[in-house]
Amino acid sequence: MLKEYKTVSEIAGPLMLVEGVQNAKYGHIVDIELGDGSIRHGQILQVENDKVLVQVFEGTESINVRDTTVRFLGKPMELAVSKDILGRVFSGTGIPKDDGPRIIPTQKLNINGNPINPFARDYPNEFIQTGISTIDGLNPLVRGQKLPIFSGSGLPHDDITAQLARQATVRGKGEAFAVVFAAMGITFEAAQFFINDLTQTGAIERAALFINLANDPAIERIATPRVALTAAEYLAFAEDMHVLVILNDMTNYCEALREISAARKEVPGRRGYPGYLYTDLATIYERAGRVKGKTGSITLVPVLTMPEDDKTHPVPDLTGYITEGQIIMSRPLYRKGVLPPVDVLPSLSRLKDKGIGEGKTRDDHAALYNQLYAAYARGKEAQELATILGEAALSEDDQKYMRFANEFEGRYISQGYYENRTVEQTLDLGWELLSMFENAELKRIDQALIDKYMPKFRK
Amino acid sequence: MAETKTGKIIKVAGPVVVAEGMVGARMYDVVRVGAENLIGEIVELHGDRASIQVYEDTSGIGPGEEVRNTGAPLSVELGPGLISSIYDGIQRPLETLVEQQGSFIQRGSDIPGLKRETRWAFEPTMDNGAEVKAGDVIGQVQESSLVLHKIMIPAGVSGKLDGLREGEFTIDEVIGTVVGADGQKTELKMLQKWPVRRPRLNQQRLNPNSVLITGQRVVDAFFPIARGGTACVPGPFGTGKTVVQHQLAKWIDADVVVYIGCGERGNEMTDVLMEFPELKDPHSGEPLMRRVVLIANTSDMPVAAREASVYTGITIAEYYRDMGYSVALMADSTSRWAEAMREISTRLEEMPAEEGYPAYLGARIASFYERAGRVVCTGSPKREGALSIIGAVSPPGGDLSDSVVQATLHVVKVFWSLQSRLAQQRHFPAIDWLTSYSFYKQYLPDTFEDKAKGREFARMVQEAMGILEQESQLAEIVRLVGAEAISAKDRMTLETARSIREDFLHQNAFHEVDTFSPVDKQYEMLRLILHFHQQGLAAIENGIETSDLFKLSVREEIARAKYLPNDDVGKITAIQDKVNEQIKGLSPVAA
Repeated sequence: MLKEYKTVSEIAGPLMLVEGVQNAKYGHIVDIELGDGSIRHGQILQVENDKVLVQVFEGTESINVRDTTVRFLGKPMELAVSKDILGRVFSGTGIPKDDGPRIIPTQKLNINGNPINPFARDYPNEFIQTGISTIDGLNPLVRGQKLPIFSGSGLPHDDITAQLARQATVRGKGEAFAVVFAAMGITFEAAQFFINDLTQTGAIERAALFINLANDPAIERIATPRVALTAAEYLAFAEDMHVLVILNDMTNYCEALREISAARKEVPGRRGYPGYLYTDLATIYERAGRVKGKTGSITLVPVLTMPEDDKTHPVPDLTGYITEGQIIMSRPLYRKGVLPPVDVLPSLSRLKDKGIGEGKTRDDHAALYNQLYAAYARGKEAQELATILGEAALSEDDQKYMRFANEFEGRYISQGYYENRTVEQTLDLGWELLSMFENAELKRIDQALIDKYMPKFRK
Repeated sequence: MAETKTGKIIKVAGPVVVAEGMVGARMYDVVRVGAENLIGEIVELHGDRASIQVYEDTSGIGPGEEVRNTGAPLSVELGPGLISSIYDGIQRPLETLVEQQGSFIQRGSDIPGLKRETRWAFEPTMDNGAEVKAGDVIGQVQESSLVLHKIMIPAGVSGKLDGLREGEFTIDEVIGTVVGADGQKTELKMLQKWPVRRPRLNQQRLNPNSVLITGQRVVDAFFPIARGGTACVPGPFGTGKTVVQHQLAKWIDADVVVYIGCGERGNEMTDVLMEFPELKDPHSGEPLMRRVVLIANTSDMPVAAREASVYTGITIAEYYRDMGYSVALMADSTSRWAEAMREISTRLEEMPAEEGYPAYLGARIASFYERAGRVVCTGSPKREGALSIIGAVSPPGGDLSDSVVQATLHVVKVFWSLQSRLAQQRHFPAIDWLTSYSFYKQYLPDTFEDKAKGREFARMVQEAMGILEQESQLAEIVRLVGAEAISAKDRMTLETARSIREDFLHQNAFHEVDTFSPVDKQYEMLRLILHFHQQGLAAIENGIETSDLFKLSVREEIARAKYLPNDDVGKITAIQDKVNEQIKGLSPVAA
């Protein structure tokens, strides 16, 4: 039986204190009925004797102490799932937002999920071709990986995520594929851009969208990534699909978390974010992966904007500690018109070595990215040196590396959002660029591989 | 033991639960919380009110539910069966959990750490009638092809040995008895328990006296860790802390390795689980997994168990040390452990010190690392064991002034400083040669069988360090005035420094051969690089152009020396003759 209480005693920020409550349980959800009959939703953050602290997802605006009724639903927050969630648009808490019918659930799942037993995990090692050279060639993505995009205000992370959703594929396999998109505090335009892109390519049919826009309640964002990942888990592990989850934008999520923490008067960590931000983010990001004995997988691409492009800000910093690498967007490249502007040097995919090589991509892949990377790093140094000393003062070697860096940016990194390159095209392009060096300079590639591939590209 | 009573929950706030009516409860007693039977530990007492950190997710728990005290502190089970296991932070076997619950971890399970049904062949090594005391080895079990498990008399037991017999036993079957002076009999089993927060006893602490070879050149040659020593690896994300830890776990010259994945990625533990059984121990050729115990408390698993995981790991490590083994413990990452402490502390509403960390952070870190060391084990036969600790630290934003880094640097003797700059240049391991340090360098010469060779190696390392130091100064000048403006000798120094960095310090963890580099090979590689340097300098004296020197084809052979087979270092020595030959072939520019 549901219990109702009219004993709200305090309201502060997004929090509400209810007294005289019997049998409240930590983490359960409540319905809040306002004086005017409208309903809001909340979750129990703390129980002490008969006092219950509730966070209100839709905000506490115009809630009063006298007329409010709180109903304790006696269960954690759940998402109703079935295969029908594909092709649908939901609110940030998982309520259908389009004009489609209600979801008739095959299951109701706790949105907090359960941690995957590390022993049950299967190692991600299937190469995903994204068609983007800077990812496929240098920072390959594999199924079950979590690879965030570190962006900044004014950088085109929406274009690159849309390109990813459009082009990502595991080659040679006609397996069921789905996209789960969670928007947290992004603008209507940004969300619409993504939806339109999916609609145009027909991909919307195999996508589920959870949308919390910038003008939707901020606290609701706490639930959004969890709701989206619950849907993804269902699709991956009950319906055997390969799911790509995009969470955009995690910085907004963290700000909502900070708001709650501040309202609870918790001791803040760096920049006012709560001390448990790492743990909290981990419970989201770690839900990506593959599980032994299951066909499906969850690949996670969180997007976050770095305030002031600062990688050491707590949100990118803690994210980087949990995720398996990061793709970083570069403002200087964007200004130069190099699209997508992926900053190659600090970007990294930690799982790349397991997903590439003979039988997966090509035998020269690993050696090739090491060499390209090293050469570009040296070329970048030369570019910087040239700005100080002038190009004429560079040694012959440095000038050559600088030329390489310019070519690399102009042809390898730059490809636009609609060119879909196969991994072979990307690899061949790498050889072509390296052909400006003598074989002996290519220290990171085995002689055998040079002999096998280089002659084709020497002019 | 005082009678303990069942209490009732009055408050739930995340991982911390407060219960009252806990009469007779003691600090750090383990309790079972609520209808779900969650495992928790008492961390604060006010009268009969106890604050409890719960090792599992507390959703759905509320006031009024029961809390039952087990009356015992958090302990681990010790005995045959630990090796090759993978446990969570409170020693629940993850493999068994998968069998019982499926792929996702459910709450409230109560599975013992060691399997009860396995039968082990026990072989006594002591005769009945002998006087025994705590720590005495009474028998042994071949636990894996790499580890001979010694069965020791548990703490607090002494007397005459009786009824000890050979045979196949499970760990909780009686293998013999000890008759005390007062006639009291104690049954002996292979299974023992030890509270994790209490260091295991030893007879005497000793200073480290030798270096622990890891097969990693920058570590062994430049910043070695001692047997029984402590080291830390701080670095921002993406600098390869975990790869360094994995490399050490794979190749370190220890008998037993305990690897704690504390609040880190699930896929990394999977990587270890899939890779280690495939890798061969370079000394015995057996699969590496046969000397490893894994503790995996990944970042999405409950935070309180993360706090306990390092203690669980180190207690198991100490147990093997007590058998007389050299044990290496890797904790990745201690920052997550510290954060778990912070989270619990916040929920307990303790007064915070820096960055919200509790005031006892430094003390906890120090006492953890102090559990390392070389010791004379208790009991007979007389034996020496060593426990070395290597802790990763993940400072926010890579900032080394972080509380955890600072508290760690106060106690550890080796500091491997990982730099983003190096990682970005794909220089791995990204250990900075200028800022890292080791207090164990003096033990390096003794690691070689031929002591003179050892001393020569130490001298060469010193010379190489000098060149790298010079490079950092010259680089400043080059940046200002260009490479053409410095003298030929300085150009030679820069080139040699580059060679030391790229051909010696840089090591490819994923290359079949280069992943492990024996010290003899390290010696020859460094000797070759310095040989070229000396010959080069001499040639410059004779008027040879540096550009001609740098173009010699032998330099490519120097660069590829690391990939030559480990068991044939003579090939590297042979390159020296080529160096001489090719330099001789150069002719000075006509003046």
